[in-house]
Amino acid sequence: MGAEFVQFSLTPMLIGALAAIACALPGNFLILRRQALIGDAISHVVLPGIVVAFLLTGTVAALPMLIGAAGAAVVAVVLIEGVRRLGRIEPGAAMGVVFTTLFAGGVLLLEQSDTSSVHLDVEHALMGNLESLIWLGASGWGSLADPAALAQLPPELGRMALVAAIIGLLTAVFWRWLKIATFDEGFARTLGIPAAGVGFGLVITSAVAAVAAFDAVGSIIVIAMFICPPAAARLMTNRLGVQVAWSLGFAVLSAVLGYVLAGYGPLWLGATGAVSAAGMIAIVSGVILGLACVYGPHRARQGAAAEPAGR
Amino acid sequence: MTGLLAALTLQAGYNATLVTLGAALLGLAAGATGTFLFLRKRALVADAVAHATLPGVGLAFLAMVALGGDGRSLPGLLIGSAVTAGLGLLVMEWIARRTRLAEDAAIGAVLGSFFGLGVVLLTVIQTMSAGRQAGLEGFLLGSTAGMLFQDGLVIAAGGTAAVLATWLLRRPMTLVAFDPGYAAALGYDVRRIDLAMMGLVMAVTVIGLKVVGLILIVAMLIIPTVTARFWTQRAGRVVWIAGAIGGLSGYLGAAISASAPALPTGPIIVLMAAGAFVLSLFFAPVRGVLASALRHRRFQARVHRRQGLLALARHDPIREPFTLRLLRREGLIRPDGVATDRGRAQAARVLREERRWAEARSLHQDTGLTGRYDGLTPIEEVFTPDEIAEIDRRLGRPFAVPGGV
Amino acid sequence: MTPGPLSVAAQDGRLLDSGAPPPDSPLAIRGLTVSYGERPAVFSVDATFPARAMSAIIGPNGAGKSTLLKAALGVIPRVTGEVRVFGTPVERARDRIAYVPQRASVDWDFPTTVIDVVQMGLYRKVGLLGRMSGAQTRRAQDCLARVGMADFAPRQIGQLSGGQQQRVFLARALAQDADLYLLDEPFAGVDAATERAIVEVLKLLRAQGKAVVAVHHDLSTVRGYFDHVFLINTRRIAEGPVATTFTAANLHATYGGRLAVAQLDALALAGAVP
Repeated sequence: MGAEFVQFSLTPMLIGALAAIACALPGNFLILRRQALIGDAISHVVLPGIVVAFLLTGTVAALPMLIGAAGAAVVAVVLIEGVRRLGRIEPGAAMGVVFTTLFAGGVLLLEQSDTSSVHLDVEHALMGNLESLIWLGASGWGSLADPAALAQLPPELGRMALVAAIIGLLTAVFWRWLKIATFDEGFARTLGIPAAGVGFGLVITSAVAAVAAFDAVGSIIVIAMFICPPAAARLMTNRLGVQVAWSLGFAVLSAVLGYVLAGYGPLWLGATGAVSAAGMIAIVSGVILGLACVYGPHRARQGAAAEPAGR
Repeated sequence: MTGLLAALTLQAGYNATLVTLGAALLGLAAGATGTFLFLRKRALVADAVAHATLPGVGLAFLAMVALGGDGRSLPGLLIGSAVTAGLGLLVMEWIARRTRLAEDAAIGAVLGSFFGLGVVLLTVIQTMSAGRQAGLEGFLLGSTAGMLFQDGLVIAAGGTAAVLATWLLRRPMTLVAFDPGYAAALGYDVRRIDLAMMGLVMAVTVIGLKVVGLILIVAMLIIPTVTARFWTQRAGRVVWIAGAIGGLSGYLGAAISASAPALPTGPIIVLMAAGAFVLSLFFAPVRGVLASALRHRRFQARVHRRQGLLALARHDPIREPFTLRLLRREGLIRPDGVATDRGRAQAARVLREERRWAEARSLHQDTGLTGRYDGLTPIEEVFTPDEIAEIDRRLGRPFAVPGGV
Repeated sequence: MTPGPLSVAAQDGRLLDSGAPPPDSPLAIRGLTVSYGERPAVFSVDATFPARAMSAIIGPNGAGKSTLLKAALGVIPRVTGEVRVFGTPVERARDRIAYVPQRASVDWDFPTTVIDVVQMGLYRKVGLLGRMSGAQTRRAQDCLARVGMADFAPRQIGQLSGGQQQRVFLARALAQDADLYLLDEPFAGVDAATERAIVEVLKLLRAQGKAVVAVHHDLSTVRGYFDHVFLINTRRIAEGPVATTFTAANLHATYGGRLAVAQLDALALAGAVP
């Protein structure tokens, strides 16, 4: 636990934790707005986004991929809203139609392009590749102060940290708007707060989080990060601020514990090799949620205690 | 092109034929089953069920290898996938029922963590059977290339069974989907029928794993139904229109896919259904976007025309520009805003209608009738000519427009 | 699959009507039409609510009472129509309006406390990042006290009874410190003590020169609580002082129906209607 840890485990753990934080923050509000599955829809359209980016640019460089994924996420969000309004279709079904269609288009394009280098990227996009984000330039804890070694940090770390910081900042700045537009949208409008804009901004922020995180933990496991930590946190408290704090704690715990279990778990069981860290992180977050469902101090519904609401 | 024709006429070999038939049956069953799911507002439950099949596939493979088998037997893998899908369904229901979390959170939680478990198991299998390709990744996106003849049989048989089960359960499921309260009053066990419905969804998902893949199977359950809703409001019809769209998508998709390389079956089937959806979204006769946009323009014009004529009748100024434009265009007012003869005549008619309605409302105490006094409903639609004559008698002499209020 | 309110096309807010709305009215509506789908919920309604008075919007279920209020506030879109608050468009008069939505319109399982909800009434004043001053915190607490809920400040809102929820919403409106108070069914499903407490608060507001407009459904209390009534059933039926407008004839015209007739008879016996 020294040089080897810094070299092989520190950066993946940090990236996993930052990705979990970036997703859990907007996830808190998505859950309270009954929009949890927007995360599901967005994460599925990441694949078509990167395929289109590849076909347009011909490279598998990170930046075009990220831009493609973000573009696809925005297109999906707009399409879902359009289908919902134009077709007067309930939101869940509208999401189901849009994200599966885009995903199917992505897979078809991919098969048509027939490039093995991108083939690798499908699994990467779906399942992530956290283990490969190592810091080869490091030789020990001292490397944290060594500019030459720091320059070799995986670029994903800086990217993820930036996105997590921006999302944290946005959440703090728009805290009051998010809170009131989620709790009482009609009242928010009478205050002159653009409630619809707040909702759209939240979804776009979630899309950015999903796109930044898919690179590290894989697009589908991003869903677990959007939902499990905030859902577990909701069962721990009745204060929004405290809930968000719990969700961040659960997110970091899932990331660190999941990574450790994936890396060392098989060894402890006497097997060799390691299992998917991203998958293990999702499992841990699910287990945390399961425990919260059974033991969380505020797991039961309370609104039902009041008499049925009149019309 | 000849390849496509051959595939469409089921001449492209045993395997392709079986897959095409299987996909058509699967589409039919999925479209019909999905309707019930959609009407119960649980469309995305199917997504969680589908993702929850992955750990089952992995576990079944491990179990079969541990028992000395090959691990790749399709029926074995499908049974395994059904087990974890069912487990996922139970967990989802438990979370939504027992905690304050809403169903969407439960769906997402099960989807994410079960899929995570599946991915972990896949990596275990990869390291375990180094060198030997388990090919389980094929279940993610479906892969019919190089499928065994027996596997084709399994899919075709499964599709047939699913269609039969849907047919047998269609009445109770329709009842429960449209009016659970009424179904319960008729003595149906709503919970058991719901369970049967979810069982069918699971069956469709499991059968579809090999053809469409677990990520896209949810499309087969959602898109045909949503598309069918554009064409009819009647319960029974939605089911069979959705089944037809699903079946046709499956048939065409599988045939096209078999006719050329690099055309993966699952995505082609989904895109067929999506094409039907887009066409319906825009061009369906009543609920389509074009039809409703036209209807809206007409409605808007009706509101403005009526309000404008009322203002004319009462000699009130009209300041809303759209109303002025509309009245001018229809020759009801002159460019300077003064009413034309035709405008005065129509205004008089509107005013008479208003007075008739006012009289009708004091005459009739039936809210079912007088509740239609919404400013747009012609009185002739609500009352008989005799009743209107009586109303006119009470109103006294007919009046002309410069009567004022 | 109920279609939401549809804005057929946002016209520019002007209208056709019987003259411009009087600038001294706290809330004046001209030619307002709102529709859900292709059926008007409110059609070509004019209304002028008086200052320093308590006004009731009255009509049968589904007559467009709440719709009128929400469309006037811009919470739901209008097909056409103009709304003036103290003579200015509603968008520029937000600081002078306080709104109490229907209790059932929000999720009371939301993770927040009573005092937090009351402080939401101050969000417009404190802005996005401004710190809530000591005076403002005290003000929120004071508003809670005015509705008799001072001890409930740290409670989770899910633990409140229906009447307590309504009081918290009223306290939030009080915190807005407005000149026009709009309330959507403030007495629906609340206990008698809460109803009395709310009426006292509203009467005090009137005494301070504020205008109160409430969607109301209990005909038997109209005379006791209100000065002015607006009768609506998709169309405006009548409006004016309670003494001259809240008459059996107008109620018949608004409600129709035999059930309502029986109710009216009962009201007449109780002396609520002349």
